[in-house]
Amino acid sequence: MKGITDLLSIRRLGRSCMKCKEAPAVLVIRVGDAFCKSCFKDYFVHKFRAMLGKNRVVYPGEKVLLAYSGGPSSSAMIQQVQEGLSRDAPKKLRFIPGIVFVDEGALCGQSWEQREQNVSEMQQALQKTSFPIHIVPLEQVFLLPRSVLQSSLPGNAQHAENYKQAVNSFLGQQRAHQENELSGIADELAQLRITGYECDNNLANGSSYSCPPAELTSALMEIFNSARTLTAKLELLQSLRSHLILHVARTCGYSKVMSGESCSRLAVRLLANISLGRGAFLPLDTGFSDDRYGDVVIVRPMREYSAKEVSFYNRLFGVHSVFIPTMETKAPDNSSIQHLSEAFLTKLQADFPSTVSTVYRTSEKLNISRKEITDENVQQERCLICMCNLDTRVGEASAFCATQVSQHLSQRRPKNNAEPTRHSEKQCCNSGQCCESAASCSSSVPGTQDFLPLLCYSCRVTVKDVTFVSSFPPYILKEAEHRSRRLEMRREIQEFLLDEGGGNM
Amino acid sequence: MRSARMPVKCSSCDAQRAALRRPKTGHSVCKECFFHAFEEEVHHTIVSAKLFQPGEKVGIGASGGKDSTVLAHVLKVLNERYHYGLELILISVDEGISGYRDDSLETVKRNQQQYELPLKIVSYQELYGWTMDQIVKTVGLKNNCTFCGVFRRQALDRGAMMLGVNKICTGHNADDIAETVLMNFLRGDIARLRRCTAITTGSEGAIPRCKPLKYAYEKEIVLYAYFKKLDYFSTECIYSPNAYRGHARAFLKDLEALRPSAIMDIIHSGENLSVKEDVRMPVQGTCTRCGYISSQGLCKACVLLEGLNRGLPKLGIGKHHKLHHKLLAQEPLSEAETRKLKVVDF
Repeated sequence: MKGITDLLSIRRLGRSCMKCKEAPAVLVIRVGDAFCKSCFKDYFVHKFRAMLGKNRVVYPGEKVLLAYSGGPSSSAMIQQVQEGLSRDAPKKLRFIPGIVFVDEGALCGQSWEQREQNVSEMQQALQKTSFPIHIVPLEQVFLLPRSVLQSSLPGNAQHAENYKQAVNSFLGQQRAHQENELSGIADELAQLRITGYECDNNLANGSSYSCPPAELTSALMEIFNSARTLTAKLELLQSLRSHLILHVARTCGYSKVMSGESCSRLAVRLLANISLGRGAFLPLDTGFSDDRYGDVVIVRPMREYSAKEVSFYNRLFGVHSVFIPTMETKAPDNSSIQHLSEAFLTKLQADFPSTVSTVYRTSEKLNISRKEITDENVQQERCLICMCNLDTRVGEASAFCATQVSQHLSQRRPKNNAEPTRHSEKQCCNSGQCCESAASCSSSVPGTQDFLPLLCYSCRVTVKDVTFVSSFPPYILKEAEHRSRRLEMRREIQEFLLDEGGGNM
Repeated sequence: MRSARMPVKCSSCDAQRAALRRPKTGHSVCKECFFHAFEEEVHHTIVSAKLFQPGEKVGIGASGGKDSTVLAHVLKVLNERYHYGLELILISVDEGISGYRDDSLETVKRNQQQYELPLKIVSYQELYGWTMDQIVKTVGLKNNCTFCGVFRRQALDRGAMMLGVNKICTGHNADDIAETVLMNFLRGDIARLRRCTAITTGSEGAIPRCKPLKYAYEKEIVLYAYFKKLDYFSTECIYSPNAYRGHARAFLKDLEALRPSAIMDIIHSGENLSVKEDVRMPVQGTCTRCGYISSQGLCKACVLLEGLNRGLPKLGIGKHHKLHHKLLAQEPLSEAETRKLKVVDF
């Protein structure tokens, strides 16, 4: 509301636009930068186009999935894409968009009627776009195939030296793909049947949105009820949602997903992720492009807009957003690490106005940790849940090992064990083993100990907050079982392996 | 929910009654098992990070506060238990803050007798010719921590050099490290962000420093001192505390309340951040005046001192690199420059 009163007072002040120096200014973006309506629009549109132009990762004719939450930022993103594709746009965008919306209504106990209403409101907001819309209830995570958790190798296009080569190789692949289309469809259908995935119709054309079976809704609730902290619930939701979106993208042939996080949102994510132990993955979690899945790349074209710019734009140009309550709605500041980080950053931003942009810019200087990738052929083990390269292969002198030593020392140990530290040291080197023994000492739930060695540091912390890991959707459980077996197998034949990373997961 | 009323057995020895709940792990343990765990963890840190070599002379930065008192105690215990073969010396810095440091130095002197360790006190007065009380009189309550912090770092090194020490240990705990990670991140200080989680710093040139309590929670340090009945001094400095650090500290406390592992999680994040290769980093050199490590021609301590001696205390506050050549050449500053650097009186 304060923003709007500011806006009105400026209008009364009769300042003129700093850009065109003619039209009366209608808003102030930063201190002293007053823009008129049309110059602001140019500025906003330019930022979007420049972001895509600078990074050059989206190819002409490529199918791009726009992740839509109903919120202001993703609404503005869709508006930008729509305008960029319209006939009168200079330098028209040349990709083929589709929209995905994940209906998470079940999580905050919404009835089917409420959820239907959310969906119809959302459809109304998107009416002007003629893009295909995929509406997916979160319950569908129970129908995902195990293969979602396997990251495929990126296509050749990724390795090309420059953009032009990349585009050519992409187009070549497209053509080859089209030729194979007919024979391919049969294979795909067969594969779908094998994995028991039947709701493909629902995924592909979301125009008819039908109620997910009640037992899936209650199974979903079981996962989230089993998570003891809101922090863990939010982390789980984030992961399940990305898996679902990834699956929609893969089954419907989208090779890019656009995610509409604003700079303000990303600054909060950065701070929260540091506090959650995801320091190694900051560049993936918040950078412009995120290639952890291999074949489907997440891009974040809205990352240079502040939340303020987005809301001004939406207000001035009539972009509708839909308010849909989430688990975090009305939660107190100290209910979760994510929420606490947001409250903290917002407060700090009020005292030190450069906070958000400083944090955002700090993240630009970070790089994905590549210290362990010495051999190109060795594919790194990835976290079962977040699919980032495991960050638990750290040395003995690390926070990770120190925590395990602490855990070990404050639990009952065998009486004849004269050298407790030496003992734990040995276990630590074999990452995960320490935890296994720890988990079996305390009366922990079966399942947790199988999970931990497959996870990155942060996902371990999250999973430790979950009481019944067995309530996870089948695709996660099955993949976990598979990987545990492989891990066990490798342990058995370890001494005969010549190559450290030979025979990856 | 765990009932607090029922007597709980120690989760480690399963014999004694638990006396405390460990803030770090949440386990209920008895006093003896807690002492054992705490000491073994510090030992693990020392061994795994290879902090010391046998026969080394190690200076312990002692302020009389809880962290350094516990550090001195644990190092002495472990040195005997595991035969590190170290010669331990307490080094204290007397900033010259009456009603604060003189009292805490009394604690250090008592510690010296209790632990039978030699003690060396270096004072700002003897090193720089200024006490903090005098500095605050000229500078005011704002920014005085800049002087104190910069001078203390160097004073500790100079004290260590006088004693011919191989290494300096400081009592920084896990909370301090996590807080520094957050603060450097919020300030966008990428160079400090990269090195603030290192357990040993400054191996080239200066005397290496290390933090054996890097993975010890502040609350556990207090618990340890409390149950061991260690004699320490706990009063905040009488001059204004650092406001920005205060924000980070409050945030960290809130995080810890939500999820006790958050402190370690942040350190893990800090340890695994990797900085892009093309980001420019300050190059470490030496101060042309005193020979101390510095990224500029003149080190911060020399600039601050010059400012104090010239009656321009703001010389070292903020960036005035352009004036460095004048300072080095002992030239007077122009009137406009002087005006900017004087303390503004209201």
